[in-house]
Amino acid sequence: MTSMTAEPAHRQLGMTDEEYESVIEILGREPRPAELAMYSVMWSEHCSYKSSRIHLGRFPSEAPWVVVGPGENAGVVDLGDGWLAALRIESHNHPSFVEPYQGAATGVGGILRDIFTMGARPIAVWDPLRFGELEDAHNRYLLNGVVSGIAGYGNAVGVPTLGGEIEFADRYASNPLVNVMALGILKREQLVLSAASGVGNIAVLLGAATGRDGIGGASILASASFDEQSGAKRPSVQVGDPFEEKKLIEACLEMYERGLVVGIQDLGAAGISCATSECAANGGMGMDVDLDSVPVREEGMTAGEILMSESQERMLAIVEPKSVTDVVAVANKWDINASLIGTVTEGGTLRVRQHGELVAELPAASLSDDAPKYNRPTARPQYLDNLWAQGSDEAAAGDLADVLLALLDDPAIADRSWIYQQYDHQLFLNTVVEPGHDASLLRIKGTEKALAVSTDGHGRRCYLDPRRGAARLVMESALNVAVTGTKPYAVVDNLNFGNPEKPEIMWQFTETVEGMSAACELLGVPVIGGNVSFYNETDGVDIYPSPVVGMLGFADPMPENPPRLDRAEEDMEIWIVGPDAAPDLAASAFSRVIHGRLDGRPADIDTDLGPRVIAAATELAGSVPVLHDVSVGGVAVALAEIAIRSECGFTVGNVDWSQLWSEAPHRLVAVCPRDGLPELDVPARRIGTMGGATLNFLEHGQIAVEDATSIWREALPRRMA
Amino acid sequence: MKIAVVIFPGTNCEHDVVHGLDLIGVDAELVFHKQTSLDGFDGVVLPGGFAHGDYLRTGAIARFSPIMDSVVAMADSGKPVVGICNGFQVLCEAGLLPGALVANRDLSFICKPVNLRVESNTSALTAGANVGDVVRIPLNSYEGNYVADDETLGHIEANGQVLFRYSDGSGTVTDDANPNGSARNIAGVSNESGNVAGLMPHPERAVEQILGSMDGLLLLGSIPAFFDLVGAK
Repeated sequence: MTSMTAEPAHRQLGMTDEEYESVIEILGREPRPAELAMYSVMWSEHCSYKSSRIHLGRFPSEAPWVVVGPGENAGVVDLGDGWLAALRIESHNHPSFVEPYQGAATGVGGILRDIFTMGARPIAVWDPLRFGELEDAHNRYLLNGVVSGIAGYGNAVGVPTLGGEIEFADRYASNPLVNVMALGILKREQLVLSAASGVGNIAVLLGAATGRDGIGGASILASASFDEQSGAKRPSVQVGDPFEEKKLIEACLEMYERGLVVGIQDLGAAGISCATSECAANGGMGMDVDLDSVPVREEGMTAGEILMSESQERMLAIVEPKSVTDVVAVANKWDINASLIGTVTEGGTLRVRQHGELVAELPAASLSDDAPKYNRPTARPQYLDNLWAQGSDEAAAGDLADVLLALLDDPAIADRSWIYQQYDHQLFLNTVVEPGHDASLLRIKGTEKALAVSTDGHGRRCYLDPRRGAARLVMESALNVAVTGTKPYAVVDNLNFGNPEKPEIMWQFTETVEGMSAACELLGVPVIGGNVSFYNETDGVDIYPSPVVGMLGFADPMPENPPRLDRAEEDMEIWIVGPDAAPDLAASAFSRVIHGRLDGRPADIDTDLGPRVIAAATELAGSVPVLHDVSVGGVAVALAEIAIRSECGFTVGNVDWSQLWSEAPHRLVAVCPRDGLPELDVPARRIGTMGGATLNFLEHGQIAVEDATSIWREALPRRMA
Repeated sequence: MKIAVVIFPGTNCEHDVVHGLDLIGVDAELVFHKQTSLDGFDGVVLPGGFAHGDYLRTGAIARFSPIMDSVVAMADSGKPVVGICNGFQVLCEAGLLPGALVANRDLSFICKPVNLRVESNTSALTAGANVGDVVRIPLNSYEGNYVADDETLGHIEANGQVLFRYSDGSGTVTDDANPNGSARNIAGVSNESGNVAGLMPHPERAVEQILGSMDGLLLLGSIPAFFDLVGAK
């Protein structure tokens, strides 16, 4: 750190010389210290999307049911009868590496504020996670800390966590990923946006006092690569207080219900700088802000510190003067602070005063609209040709019991209840299909409507072919929500990548955007929001390109008896629904776990059959008891999961060795009573029958259900013990 | 009858409890903790959540909330006073129930359905059940580990104040069936007269088949059943 003290102030704040010149041009003078602090955070990669913004327009974001598309705090879709759903995904990767418990906890807190900022009550959270292999004690410490942080915050704030997904790879050892997605529901008349309107309206800061925690989180932590000094960044991690957030949620929802606020914005990255400037800019207004009215946790905080602080559990409400008394009364009821810190003004100028002195005066919109946009160079990585050439889709011979038990012992395949049983996943009585299935299914109480959510990622496959990998994520996620009987309705995405200043990383990024967009267009599903997390790089090693898709499925009415993995019974028929495709072993669990390989080129999506299988799944879910997406580990693992969960064996034939482990897309296992499979317009073939106490693959071999179950159940607890 | 469901700041199961009571036809109304009267109510439920953030110790601050004087008065009057999960912890802190709840044996939060064997059917949570019934109810807690000294344990066992024990599906009480290390597998207890009752698992989460179990209706239904019994005396 000592070498940095010689650096000019803007570089210490993570700003380039060119960006600093732009600030001078905008202001027509050198920035004051507080102004420099504001620009540095607002123009950080995390806040401004400067490396990604020009590419994000590629995503299809329109559909008749989209109420609010990308750019607001959360995307909002119409569910009919006046009901809306709000969905948002974010990352908290770097904070969680530096301090896993608080990093993950404040990730949950932040995403919830994005949801209730829209006027919605948050009803569920999901957490896609990536860590290094669990053989290493530090990775176990990180997993344990992150899960405890999600549980500690999510349970206490009173929003159920309905799952997520998880992968392990060395590439994530020094850069774990902690993504968090939240869903809210609201009635149309409660929708609130973050625009300040009405000259003379009051900006009321609600919630926690402002401290020195989290200063520079967006710029110093989230927008820079890591090295061995990263521990020194721990003071940039915020500290969460779920109790404060719970009170803030209830107070805000009460204010919306009573029509007391005209606009609201949460304070996340870049704190007061971001909230005041965005509110003003979104409404085409200006704002006068008095920092002396901001409750602070310690004396002597500079204007820059107050403006940049990322102290948690704060909201900025825009209130008409006549409603101020009522807003303060609601805040008092819930024992939260309400401080009148600003006034909406005409013109677009944001003026900030401290101790009677002007500390910042700048065009509010310049913090967001004038942020730099970079068209960074791209280059196809050298590694691809070799890896593609090395791969084989012919599975090497092996012993079925050895292979299957090894796969069931893999922590990315094994029972994940060690994680989700630490999360309250039942609160609000909406959970119809709980974590541990392809997607979770929630009913909306008092209606016939239901929402399904799946989160999906596959870093290794995207590493081998980001365009195909990303397209397949969308298709898989859609299939996951379809097996609950819902139709794919909207997507949010979290694009976790390495250092965008490397052309190979930028190429991975643009290919991903292309693949994901094409698949969403194919399905007619809009992308209603997303997040980009760059600089997931430590000591020069980048993570695998790790886009995460969050898919919302919608049904009205909900199927009466949605499929579950534990509903298979003796004598039921087992079918594979979907294309009879060539084996696909690139980035498969078979190649990774059994042969330690990561090579080959993953199969592309089938643009004809892919969407048809998804439609067939939604249809089938109305009648078959078990419907399960074939993904990691192939047909063999999909069948094993059904047998374990249903405590019932099976006999399956007519599937060759490579096909057992193939992860080719668009395939389902359906289990149904005799002659129970309806007519379908997609290929389906019967492969066996449920029954007995073994997973019997005939000529390939068999294992006892009991043995499979204990390996699968113990894999994660055994490693974490 | 009309039941008050108390909201402390940090409470989160209040709407679920109202929903469960609604399904059995009991009129329920939310009451904020800053209120000081329970006039007009025939019983009270303290629902689950994290009252006052569980700061200091679960229930330790909530017992001083303004509403608690009325809760104590209601307990003294013999009307049903029920605590679920965090509400159970509050009743123990307030001295209305014996024992205390500490961190789970494995020091992690547990959210999963558990089996409970009914041990006594003279309380506000079991008056509608039979001794030996096995119910499947979701548990959802970090501090769910019931503790009391041996004398207290002996006393409440002798008095029929143990309402539920964690058991297997057939009703056998085993170490394996004890999810959180609770003393003698105890999941719920009452006061001597049975009108004050608390348990860790959440009956309101098991009130519809679509949620996986309807066994919770038996427990919630015991509140009006107990009220009728007492009223008849």
